[in-house]
Amino acid sequence: MSDPTDADPAFAGYDYVLPSLGADMDEGRVVEWRVAVGDTVHRGDLMAVVETEKSDIDIEIWHDGIVEAFLVPIGELIEVGTPIVRLRSIESGAASQPHAPTPTQPAPAATEPGRPEPARPAPVRSQPPPAGPPPAGPPARPDGQRVPASPLARRLADEHGLDLTMLTGTGPGGAVLAADVRGAVPVEPLRLESPRRRTPSTMRSLIAERMSRSNREIPHYHLARDVDVGRLGSWIAERNENRPITERLLPAACYVRAVALAAARHSEFNGSWVDDHFEPADSVNVAMAISLRGGGLVTPHVRAADERSVDEIMSTLNELVSAARSGNLRASWMTGSTITITNLGDTGADLVHGVISPPQVALVGFGRSRQRPWIVDDLVTIRPIVTATLAADHRATDGANGSRFLATIANHLEHPEDL
Amino acid sequence: MSTDRLAGDTSTDMAVMTYREAMREAIREALATDDRVFVMGEDVADYGGTYAVTKGLYEEFGRDRVRNTPLSESGFVGAGIGAALGGLRPIVEIMTVNFSLLALDQLVNTAATLLHMSGGQFNVPLVVRTTTGAGRQLAAQHSHSLEGWFAHVPGLKVVAPATPEDARWMLPTALADPNPVIIFEHATLYNDRGPVDPRLGPVDLERAAVRRTGTDVTVIASAGMVSKALAAADILAASEVSAEVIDLRSLRPLDFDTLAASVARTNRALVVDEGWRTGGLNAEIAAGLTERCFWSLDAPVARLASAEVPIPYAKHLETAAIPQVDDIVAAALDLVGGR
Repeated sequence: MSDPTDADPAFAGYDYVLPSLGADMDEGRVVEWRVAVGDTVHRGDLMAVVETEKSDIDIEIWHDGIVEAFLVPIGELIEVGTPIVRLRSIESGAASQPHAPTPTQPAPAATEPGRPEPARPAPVRSQPPPAGPPPAGPPARPDGQRVPASPLARRLADEHGLDLTMLTGTGPGGAVLAADVRGAVPVEPLRLESPRRRTPSTMRSLIAERMSRSNREIPHYHLARDVDVGRLGSWIAERNENRPITERLLPAACYVRAVALAAARHSEFNGSWVDDHFEPADSVNVAMAISLRGGGLVTPHVRAADERSVDEIMSTLNELVSAARSGNLRASWMTGSTITITNLGDTGADLVHGVISPPQVALVGFGRSRQRPWIVDDLVTIRPIVTATLAADHRATDGANGSRFLATIANHLEHPEDL
Repeated sequence: MSTDRLAGDTSTDMAVMTYREAMREAIREALATDDRVFVMGEDVADYGGTYAVTKGLYEEFGRDRVRNTPLSESGFVGAGIGAALGGLRPIVEIMTVNFSLLALDQLVNTAATLLHMSGGQFNVPLVVRTTTGAGRQLAAQHSHSLEGWFAHVPGLKVVAPATPEDARWMLPTALADPNPVIIFEHATLYNDRGPVDPRLGPVDLERAAVRRTGTDVTVIASAGMVSKALAAADILAASEVSAEVIDLRSLRPLDFDTLAASVARTNRALVVDEGWRTGGLNAEIAAGLTERCFWSLDAPVARLASAEVPIPYAKHLETAAIPQVDDIVAAALDLVGGR
């Protein structure tokens, strides 16, 4: 790296600056710190919630360090590139030297929407970093290093709007080959004869293609069921009480766990519809729709979610969300999903009429939690209610199966202690 | 014109003959139909040629049409150029490409340049036939594959028939060409037997031929390497690797249209060359494919060439020095390994 700080042996810390979270973002305000002074942070940890003109966005850190001070007050409008947190290196433990060039440093331009760049490439380290990428690891290069990929793989990725850093290369030295790109394209075979390059909104057209196919080919049926999540809420709150923020449980992990357990039991909802018949899957890989900052969505999965605890699922979900938003998703997370969850509760929708992601045969949707009048033990009371919905492929299952499947999911969520 | 006939094709009216017989038949037809054609070279007359290609032609056409020359390549190639300039259509046989170096001055400085030097006034309709390649334990002064050197020279047309049918039908096209054409005959091919369409007629000299279609890798070969590439493709098919085999046929000009169209489909190319690697024709092909097909390539263009040594005499060393079927298989598998 050519960063000038590398040459400074006395350098023991750095300032984390407000990153640009999109090509059109010039300023923002910190509305919440996600860390506290003295916290040790690691690459990928969430630092703060930043309000931009579009939405509130969690910002991640790209280097390890210890939070020494907050440099801006909550709520103040600041320019991209303004130092917001001072960190010191974990190794040195010593108070950092204020780092002069930082405040005037221009903000790094985001290379693409939805993919934040590191605030500034100033790694905290007293030792040289490990040389080269791990051979089997993701070829993600947030530091701007080139991803090894064959020319054909680059062209195909471009045509399909796939980010090469999201793919795992199987070629020499981890190079991404055409087969790796094709494996990550979830739609019908590539139309190679078309030399036309797609527009930047290729993810949009990819979704369009996939969803059109779903609506064209899959006879959907939709069921809904209200779930009382009162016990789930208190159970989660109880578990979170003494936990650091990074280990806190969210309802999404419980949804994944509940759907996984139900899918394991009702295996007719867990698999693929191929060549006019249903093929049950060997494991329950629950995909979670994650919307991206630049628009569009990705659906990485939690592998064998029925065999994992809610805590394990939560940590995987954190990893997935962070990877999805930083463009570091591995192809292995993207292929082999057996059922999908879409959780639109955060965005305010009451219920989801889902569209199945082919060749899967079911999609479970969760709406927002609403305070509703509810009858418990012959008494009208106020309970938090979430409507769970099922979109299922009528070729594979019938409404009666679907209803039982939803009931199982609801039962798991209403008995969180057994999750 | 049919340039892409598969080697194994034996349709009804096909004659089956050896490469040597095919070449001889081509020369015989030329001598019989065009009074301007004559053959000259070392031992081409009563001895019938070192590789027996002209055997019987001296008896049939006499000493004016089939002429022995002294062991002086520069002299008799020069005489051929003079005869061509004078209106005749000489077929000059140079025993091996190694000996052609003695005639480089005549070929490169005279035959290839006169049209240019004379402002288009004098063309040189010369045909040179020569033998190339290793595989017969003839050691380092009789076994090299130097055809790439001639393919470097503007003003020359360089062809390498790899099948009896091309041996039969390239010659009339070469004789009809107003400018010099060098035909490289691989020494191991003379006894190869294959189908020849007796009514095919003169064939295109500038197009490569797809000898076998495939989808995973394009193997580009010429002369003696074509049959090895085809044998390798059979073995690769057993490993479920579908190799497309292209016979270059013409070394100058190179038919990049055919090569690039194939590589655009297979996304991988292996260039097999009996010449050396450094500065070889294989390098020219690899570079040309990279220029034309870069965005279609899923792997670097691979080259398989002879070891960078003078071709050894000892059988096992000679075998080890030049690309063999197993080497082609291994190189192709290496290339598609990441599939």
